[in-house]
Amino acid sequence: MNERVARLRQESFETPVTLDHERAAIVTDAYRENLGRLSTPMLRATAFYDLCRRKSLYIGEDELIVGERGPRPKCVGTYPEITCHTLDDLEILDTRPQNPYRVSDQTRLVFAEQVIPFWRGRSMRAFVLERMEDEWSTYYEAGIFTEFMEQRAPGHTTLDGKFYTRGMEDFQNDIELAVAALDPADADAVAKREQLQAMRLSCDAVILFAERHADHAEDQARNASSERAAELREIARICRRVPRHAPRTFHEALQMYWFMHLGTITELNGWDAMNPGHLDRYFQPFYDRDLRTRILDRDRAKELLGCFWIKFDHHPAPPKVGVTAQESSTYNDFTNINVGGVLENGQDGVSELSFLMLEVMDEVHLLQPQGNIQLSKRTSDRFLKAACRVIRNGYGYPSVFNADTVIAQLLRQGKSLTDAREGGSSGCVETGAFGKEAYFLTGYLNLPKLLELALHDGRDLRTRRQLGPRSGDPVHFTSVADVMQAFAVQVRHAVAVKHRGNQVIEQLFAARMPATFLSVLIDDCIENGRDYNAGGARYNTTYIQCVGIGTITDSLSALEHHVFGGDLPLSELLAALDDDFDGEEPLRQRLWNRTPRWGNDDDRADRHMEQVFELVLELIDGLPNSRGGRYHVDMLPTTCHVYFGKVCGATPDGRHAGRPLSEGISPVQGTDSKGPTAVVNSCAKMDHERTGGTLLNMKFLPSVLAGEEGIEKLARLIRTYFRQGGHHMQFNVVDVATLRRAQKHPEEHRDLIVRVAGYSDYFCDIGEALQEEIIARTEQEEA
Amino acid sequence: MVSGRIFDLKRYSVHDGPGIRTTVFLQGCPLSCPWCHNPESRPGTPVPGFRADRCLSCLACGEVCPEDTKPMPHSPWSATCDHCGRCVGVCPAGARELAGRDVDSESLLVELERDRLHFEESGGGVTFGGGEPLAQPEFLLALLRGCRDRDLHTAVDTTGFGHADLVDQMADLTDLWLFDLKHPDPARHAELTGEDNTLILANLRRLARAGCSIWLRVPLVPGLTDQPEALKQTANLARELGIGRLHLLPYHRAAAGKLDRFDLEDAGGGLAPPTSDHVDRLAAAMRSPDLDVIIGG
Repeated sequence: MNERVARLRQESFETPVTLDHERAAIVTDAYRENLGRLSTPMLRATAFYDLCRRKSLYIGEDELIVGERGPRPKCVGTYPEITCHTLDDLEILDTRPQNPYRVSDQTRLVFAEQVIPFWRGRSMRAFVLERMEDEWSTYYEAGIFTEFMEQRAPGHTTLDGKFYTRGMEDFQNDIELAVAALDPADADAVAKREQLQAMRLSCDAVILFAERHADHAEDQARNASSERAAELREIARICRRVPRHAPRTFHEALQMYWFMHLGTITELNGWDAMNPGHLDRYFQPFYDRDLRTRILDRDRAKELLGCFWIKFDHHPAPPKVGVTAQESSTYNDFTNINVGGVLENGQDGVSELSFLMLEVMDEVHLLQPQGNIQLSKRTSDRFLKAACRVIRNGYGYPSVFNADTVIAQLLRQGKSLTDAREGGSSGCVETGAFGKEAYFLTGYLNLPKLLELALHDGRDLRTRRQLGPRSGDPVHFTSVADVMQAFAVQVRHAVAVKHRGNQVIEQLFAARMPATFLSVLIDDCIENGRDYNAGGARYNTTYIQCVGIGTITDSLSALEHHVFGGDLPLSELLAALDDDFDGEEPLRQRLWNRTPRWGNDDDRADRHMEQVFELVLELIDGLPNSRGGRYHVDMLPTTCHVYFGKVCGATPDGRHAGRPLSEGISPVQGTDSKGPTAVVNSCAKMDHERTGGTLLNMKFLPSVLAGEEGIEKLARLIRTYFRQGGHHMQFNVVDVATLRRAQKHPEEHRDLIVRVAGYSDYFCDIGEALQEEIIARTEQEEA
Repeated sequence: MVSGRIFDLKRYSVHDGPGIRTTVFLQGCPLSCPWCHNPESRPGTPVPGFRADRCLSCLACGEVCPEDTKPMPHSPWSATCDHCGRCVGVCPAGARELAGRDVDSESLLVELERDRLHFEESGGGVTFGGGEPLAQPEFLLALLRGCRDRDLHTAVDTTGFGHADLVDQMADLTDLWLFDLKHPDPARHAELTGEDNTLILANLRRLARAGCSIWLRVPLVPGLTDQPEALKQTANLARELGIGRLHLLPYHRAAAGKLDRFDLEDAGGGLAPPTSDHVDRLAAAMRSPDLDVIIGG
């Protein structure tokens, strides 16, 4: 890391996160002026244009890649058209001890006078919550499922390489052609024309945004040192080139992506910010050419990448409220950069630039962006080991994905082979066809809570109220099969409620919240004259993410082992669960310590995972969504396993009420006693190809990974998991003593990054419950 | 199918031979090295263990104990305990344990196969250690034959203290020997371990002559096994026998945590781990172009 990058990195690290009213005020003005006057797509595009036209600009000292979503780094706007924060929300955000967003008095004033009065009852959140049926609300409040789109727009999407060879003007030409091709007899032609015009205006908006940066850079150059003035003039030149035209140099390509990123995250607050896709692959031609023509060397490329990397860290997640703030409490906005993988022609995607990106990941190691490697059978061990050496440094990234499984998942979902190879992973672990797919994650499903309902004839243990359908009095259960039957009733019902709600929400977004800029960048929205949010993309997928597979597997195993195949009467167990094992510690410990458990390569436990997995696949996979696509299943939790755990009573595996559920597909915290190979073998019994992503978190002590031999063995463990079809692995490399020290002296460990679940976070920012849970995850002690 | 007694089985064992391995620890050892880091493995019979910090005082153990003098809450074992293990089976908290359980070779082999792909991918396999694996010859042979039939790479981690016939039989079945030589001098060896090393050295020579693949392993215990002269002698022996790889295993206090648990005497009470400088110096003195000296397993 050279001095410039080190300085910018430190600055980003130290800058506190603030919340600002600028975006909210501009959007409010645009709506006030145009609501009812313009079609919805044109209204959205106009608001976007105004944002690009009016928002204040920032070019930091030393920066080489320019542009911010907010008025300055680490300053986040809000999206009142989606969620309008109340003054109470702002107060909470400002004063909460963890992950605060500082709010100035001026911002509060603007919210109170301009923003809140206009959006009362008009934001998407209000529409969504108002239109949900009572049962949906009851389930939502009970923590059966969460809802991603109640306060953020559909996201989890990833851009591909198309705009490195074509500029905005080229896309505008495509739009003209699409408009010209409209058939006046087509009943949708009017709507399509509005949509296409809005897309064209959105292109103008980002061109204008770049031009304003060019002007601003030239202004700054007038008062700068001669060295910096030259840099600023080069920045200005680049901003006049991209995104209007395709980039020609490495530096232009980086800036091109950055404007696309800013455009998409300014337009709407889609989940997972925006993912750039296979950057090594897209940038490689520019890198090679610039090296050949000697306008770039490796060090300069690394410096530019460093500056580029830091820009992601300037952009914390938009502030969440309510349940969503509980279940996804982090500044991280889940941008995940793919490195490696398989090229469109089937060849290995690793290049010199892939190695360079690993170096940058290693040296910059800020909260954002996340990085991953896509490992295929063709990927060299040299590259894998280079990644393992970064993993060993303990930032929780890069995470490692099985490119071959990712491709198989996409093929199974009906993508073409080319599109599948262009695909990869975004957000935490979600699989997608980059630049061609609108894949909406819609919320987490609490599997252990549904088992709780099944064991109580639909009654919620926490509220003691009837919540789910009557699925059978447990008095009559004589086998796990009986339990599974009742569980199936509960899952089917919950999925039906969720599905009905999702259909409404998807339709609301399609009708009211087109993403007219993103639609330019995702095939085939232009050709179809349809918005990304309305089924315009080539592929349209909806995901439901299942949480707590470890907890439910162990709970079923406990029922099998101690109740139906043992001497513990079910009534006695249920009574103990009702009382959260009060006075029954020996029973609880027996269940906790003496149950065959998931993650130990023990078929007695693992077969219950298979049962549950098959059931959720049967009930979710293939359901139609409202955009012409289908539902699929993910197995990932973000931090939702903590929230879901809070609403779950005691479970048959001896877990106390309120404690976190198992995370991802990882074993229940601290119960995998046979080491990493056994964990891997258990997890490989899941059919990863039929999911859209699974998340396996492992924790290692540094000593296990010491030396080249440690690296070699980690690499082999990863290969073996992937040989068995595993989807993803990520690693925490830190010892408990360090974590305990960080709890005690957070001020000395502010930059300690740990892997949480599909993403990394600062250990001191994640809250005590999650800290304790990370400590409890089994340390894979050396033999 | 042969029955035998093991006290542990560890997967993802990464310091007992090449690649990712599963190590089976066989119970019982005829030597009595004071630095032993698995002291609970020495007796041939199961060793009862008790973790007071886990005990819930629920008395489940007392209810199933067939002896007259039943265990009391927070008291380790019945005075007349014959290691029937019933209490271990009912203890909810895992406070009671027995180091040493009987298994048959067939079911153990099924367990060993579970990590086959990890072995294949990493060039790993199965390691038999202990205790002293040669102390259960029939069991060990059955396991080695079973691994051979299943194409599993095998390593035997041994002190070499076993019958020559057995060692001959094993020579063909074992892919790698992790051969511990505590001390080259017979008299000193006897002082340290209770047995002299005549048989051990003879076995080492037999294996070397038979062309077996051998890694020599030498425990480095300050004051007991770390005399430069003795180490030089061991290194020379390695070179003479064409053994190109020698591991120095610095003494560590890992066994201390087990003493209370298994109610064992602290035979290594006065011992201290060597400093890493000291270990580095000793290793450097032994190293030569034809002998790679590695610190650690």
